[in-house]
Amino acid sequence: MGTSTDLTRLTAAETAAAVAGGEVSAVEVAQAHLDRITAVDGRVHAFLHVDTEGALAAATAVDSARASGAALSPLAGVPLALKDVLTQRGIPTTCGSRILEGWRPPYDATVTARLKAAGVVILGKTNMDEFAMGSSTEHSAYGATHNPWDLERIPGGSGGGSAAAVASYEAPLAIGTDTGGSIRQPAAVTGTVGVKPTYGAVSRYGLVALASSLDQAGPCARTVLDAALLHATIAGHDPLDSTSADVPVPDVVAAALRADVRGLRIGVVKELGGEGYQAGVRQRFDETVELLTGLGAEVVEVSCPNFPYALAAYYLILPSEASSNIAKFDGMRFGIRVGEDDGSPSVEQVMGRTRAAGFGPEVIRRIMLGTYALSAGYYDAYYGQAQKVRTLIARDFAAAFDTCDVLVSPTAPTTAFKLGEKLDDPLAMYLHDIATIPANLAGTPGMSLPIGLAPEDGLPVGMQIMAPAMADDRLYNVGAAVEAALLERWGRPILEEAPSL
Amino acid sequence: MADTPSITRDDVAHLARLARIDLPPDSLDHYAEQLDVILGAVAQVSEVAADDVPAMSHPLPLVNVFRADVVRPSLSNAEALSGAPSVESERFRVPRILDEE
Amino acid sequence: MSTASTAEDVLPYDVVIANFDPVLGLEVHVELGTATKMFCGCRTEFGADPNTQVCPTCLGLPGSLPVVNAVAVESAIRIGLALNCQIADWCRYARKNYFYPDMPKNFQTSQYDEPICFDGYLDVDVETDEGVRTFRVAIERAHMEEDTGKTSHQGGATGRIHGAEYSLVDYNRAGIPLIEIVTKPLEGTGKYAPEVAKAYVAALREVLRGLGVSDVKMEQGSLRCDANISLRPTPESPLGTRTETKNVNSLRSVERAIRYEMTRQAAVLMSGATVTQETRHWHEDTGVTTSGREKSDAEDYRYFPEPDLVPIAPSREWVEELRAALPENPAVRHKRLQNDWGISDFDMMAVVNAGAVDLVEETVALGADQAAARKWWLGELARIANERTLDLADLPITSADVARVVVLVAEGALNDKLARQVIDGILAGEGTADEVVAARGLAVVSDDAPLLAAIEEALAAQPDVAEKIRGGKVAASGAIVGAVMKSTRGQADAGRVRALLLERLGVTED
Repeated sequence: MGTSTDLTRLTAAETAAAVAGGEVSAVEVAQAHLDRITAVDGRVHAFLHVDTEGALAAATAVDSARASGAALSPLAGVPLALKDVLTQRGIPTTCGSRILEGWRPPYDATVTARLKAAGVVILGKTNMDEFAMGSSTEHSAYGATHNPWDLERIPGGSGGGSAAAVASYEAPLAIGTDTGGSIRQPAAVTGTVGVKPTYGAVSRYGLVALASSLDQAGPCARTVLDAALLHATIAGHDPLDSTSADVPVPDVVAAALRADVRGLRIGVVKELGGEGYQAGVRQRFDETVELLTGLGAEVVEVSCPNFPYALAAYYLILPSEASSNIAKFDGMRFGIRVGEDDGSPSVEQVMGRTRAAGFGPEVIRRIMLGTYALSAGYYDAYYGQAQKVRTLIARDFAAAFDTCDVLVSPTAPTTAFKLGEKLDDPLAMYLHDIATIPANLAGTPGMSLPIGLAPEDGLPVGMQIMAPAMADDRLYNVGAAVEAALLERWGRPILEEAPSL
Repeated sequence: MADTPSITRDDVAHLARLARIDLPPDSLDHYAEQLDVILGAVAQVSEVAADDVPAMSHPLPLVNVFRADVVRPSLSNAEALSGAPSVESERFRVPRILDEE
Repeated sequence: MSTASTAEDVLPYDVVIANFDPVLGLEVHVELGTATKMFCGCRTEFGADPNTQVCPTCLGLPGSLPVVNAVAVESAIRIGLALNCQIADWCRYARKNYFYPDMPKNFQTSQYDEPICFDGYLDVDVETDEGVRTFRVAIERAHMEEDTGKTSHQGGATGRIHGAEYSLVDYNRAGIPLIEIVTKPLEGTGKYAPEVAKAYVAALREVLRGLGVSDVKMEQGSLRCDANISLRPTPESPLGTRTETKNVNSLRSVERAIRYEMTRQAAVLMSGATVTQETRHWHEDTGVTTSGREKSDAEDYRYFPEPDLVPIAPSREWVEELRAALPENPAVRHKRLQNDWGISDFDMMAVVNAGAVDLVEETVALGADQAAARKWWLGELARIANERTLDLADLPITSADVARVVVLVAEGALNDKLARQVIDGILAGEGTADEVVAARGLAVVSDDAPLLAAIEEALAAQPDVAEKIRGGKVAASGAIVGAVMKSTRGQADAGRVRALLLERLGVTED
C-alpha cells in the first residue's frame, strides 16, 4: 500500500485485507482514523469520547497477532465507532444523557466483546439522541452531530453520530441501534449503508434499553459488503439475552457477494410512499425500482393496510417500555446525583431532582407518555390496543412475504432537514421514521442504502429493503445488486459527491 | 379515540410524581400541551378493529428460555460500587428513606 | 406518613367474635434455595460480605438483561403441584413498576395476571370446641418474582427508618428467587381465624421443606408472611376494609398478629370510626401492629409483560414428570405417622400445628420412643421456644440431640430433671448431649452404696417418717426419697432409691 493512499478512504474489506497481507499495520490504520477525527470531528461532532489509547493498544495487539502468525478474523485491524448506547468496560457510556455523565461500565456488552474478540479496533463512542429518542441527534445532552453533506443539517437519529462518523471517513464501520429506524434513517440522510437485523439476531446484552421489544443493534458502513462483514461478526445467539434467537446466522457475506436479483419478486409497499414524501425522494426511489426490474427482478405493488397505524402503535409501545427501562436511572447506584445538599432531602426527593436535572425534554415527554399509557384505566385503550395493532402489522408483513421475497420503500420521507427545524414539533420529528417503524414492530430486518441525491437539494436519498425474520441475507443480496448497478451508473461511490470537510 | 381525555396540568403533575421527575411547576402547562397533541395522534390506534386480535408483546415466538442453576462470577465489591455517587462500608449510600419500611 | 407507635385501643377477643366475622388473606413469600439468583448467576449464600454477590443484572446496571433460572421455574411448578394447583400452559413475567432504593431496576420482575400456578388448596386441622376440624385454605395463585436488596438505616436513635439520616444498601439479596403464594379470602373460620392461619403457615412450611425447595427459616426471612385482615358485622355483610400486616416472622406471630389486628380493628369499628386501608407492621416484642404506608389509590404499579423475558410454556410431559416425583403428600404422611405412632387425631394435630412433624419423625427415626419424642418437643422445648419467641425448628438443638437425650433417659442414665439440664446445656451451645453430660457431671448415680448411705442419713434425720413407713404407710416414703434426691443433687434414680428404701425397711408394696 503506497504512502499516498488515504487509509481512511478504504472500505473495511480492503483495510482488513491490507492488514492481513502486511501492506499496512493496524496501528497505522488506527492512527490515520484518529488523525481524521482530530481534523474533522470539531465540525461533525460524531464522537462523544475518543479512546486513543485503547484503540492503539487494540491495533498493536492485532499487529502482534499477525507477527506471531496467528490467524486473523475477517475484520481484524479495522477501526469502528461504537454508539454510546453500548457498554464498553471502563470507557464512558452516556447514551447521550446528562444523567450518565462520567459513568464507566464495569462490563462489556456482548457486541463489544465480539468486536474485541474479532480484533476490531474501537475508536470511541458516538453521539446519539438521548437514550436513542429522536431522529436528529439534536436531543443529545452533549450537542448535535452535523451531517457531513451539509453541516447545517441533521445527520439523522438516533444514531446520527455513527452514520456521520462513517460518512465523514472517521471510521469505515460503526455500530448503531435501531428501535424505530435509528440505524436506517441516519444511513439514508448521510448516504451510507445501515442494517437493522432481525430482532434477536444480535445480542442486546449491554445495549442500554430504550424499548426492549424493538431495540436491535446492527452495522453501519459505506458498502453493503462491509455491513455484511460487520453483521457476521456481531450476530449470533447469546445465552445472556433471553430474546436472542438460537438459530444459525444466515450467510450475509455470501449474499453480499452474490448480488443477483434475477427471478426475485420485489414488493413495493403501497402505504410507504406517495403523499408526504419529498419529490426527489420519490423520483430516486422510482428510478431504483426500475433499475431492479432491469436487473431481472419482478416488481409488484403490495398493500400493507395496517402500516398507517404503525406510528401510533409505536409511540405507545416505545414510551411504555422506555418509561420502565429508564426508571433505573435514579442517582442511587450509578450516574449523577442532584440535590442532595439542599436541606435534608429524602431519597424520593433526590431521585426526583436527579431525574429532572438529568433528562432532557424529549426523554421526559416519552417517560410521561409511557407512564400514562400503562396506567390503570388506560392500559387497555392504549398499550393493550397498540400491541394488537402490532400483531396486525406483523400479519401484513407475513401476507406480503407470502408473495414477495423482499419489500422496498423509501427509507425516510425527506432528505436531511435543517438542524432546529423540527426540534419543537415532536410529531413532525416522529413522522420521519414512518417508513422504518413497521419492521421494528414486526421484528423483521431492514436495510437502508444510498440510491442517489435528490435533485432539489443535492442531498442523499435512501432506499429501504425489508425481508422476513431470519432472512437477513436477502437484504444483502438485493442491496449489493442495487449498489453495484448504481456504482456502475455513477462511476464512483456516492460519498465522493459530498463536500470535503 | 373520539373522546380522548385531554391532559391537564394536574395530570402532568401526577405522571411526574409516578415517574419520579421533579418538574418545575412552570413547565407543567407546556408538557400538558405537548402530551395532549401526541396522545391525540396515538389515539388513532383505537380506530383499528382488533377485538379478536391477540396482543403481541414479543416479536419472536420464543418460549422457555432458561439458564442452568450454575454460579457465574460476580463483580467484585469495588467494581459493583465503582459507579456509585456515594458509598460507605461496602454499601451504596442513599439519602434518608421516608414513609416505608 | 407513619404515625407514632402509640398504643391503640383494642377489644377483648370474645367481644370481637361476638360482633364481627373475620376474613383473612395470607401472602407468603418463600425464598428458594437455588444456588443462583432468579435472573443471573450470582450466588445466594446468606451472610456474605455486602455487595459481593452482585453483577450488572442484579444491580440493575444499564444494559444488563435477565435470564431465568431453570431450577426456580421447576421449583415453582413443584410447589404449585404440592398445593394442588393448576399449572399454566403459558404465562409471562410482568414488570411491577415503583421506585424504591432497595429495588435496583425500580421495577420488580414478577408475574401479574398470568401466574405459573393457580387454583389450589391446602387442608389444615385445627382444634375447635367440637373437636379437631379440617379447614380448606383455597390458594389463589403461586407466582415467581425476585427479592429486593437489604437496607440499613444509619443515624438517628434506633437504627430504624424514622429519624435515620441516610441508609446503606446491600444488593446481595436482590434477585434471589421468591415464590409468592396467595390465598383466596379465607372465610368461615370465625373465632378460629388466628389458629387456622398459623396452621396454614405451618402446613405450608412442611410442604416446602418436604419438597426441598427452601430452607423455610422464618427468622432469616426465607419464609415471610403478610396477613390481610378485615372484619365485617356478619358473614353475609360485604367485605370490610382490610389492612396488610407485614413482618410476621414466626409461626406464633402469625397467630398473635392476626389476633391483635382483629382486636384493634374491632375497637376502631365499635368506636364508630372506619379502618384505614394501610400496611401495618407487627412488632414481636410489644405484640402490637403499627401503621405503615397508607395504600392510596395513587399506587399504580403499571404492570406490563416483561419484554426482556420470553413466555414460559411448561410442557404437560414435564409437569406430569414433576408431579410423579413429588414427595409424599403431607396429609397422607400425617396419617401414616399417626398410625405408626398409634396416637389420637388430637395428638397428631398438636404435632402438626406445632410445626414439629419433621422434628418428631426424625427424633423417632434416631431411636427415640415416639411418646418421649413428642413429650420433649411439644413440652419442654415448645415452652423454651415460646419464651425465646422462636419457632421450634429454629431452636439451636437438633433431632439427634433430642433422640440421644430420650435414649439416655430410657437407659436410666438420666432422669427427667437431669435431662432438662442436658437440654439447657445443648441450647447454651455446650455441645452434644454426651458432651454436656460429661462436662456437667450429670450421670445418674447408679452405684447402690452411696445411695444406701444417703438413705441411712435421711432415715436418721426423720425417724418418725421411718416409723410410718414401717407401719405400712408406703406413701410416706416420698419424703425420704426426696431427701435422698436432694442430697445427691438429683443425680439418683428416684425409682432405685425407693426400691432400696423399702428393701432396707423390709416393707413390700401391695
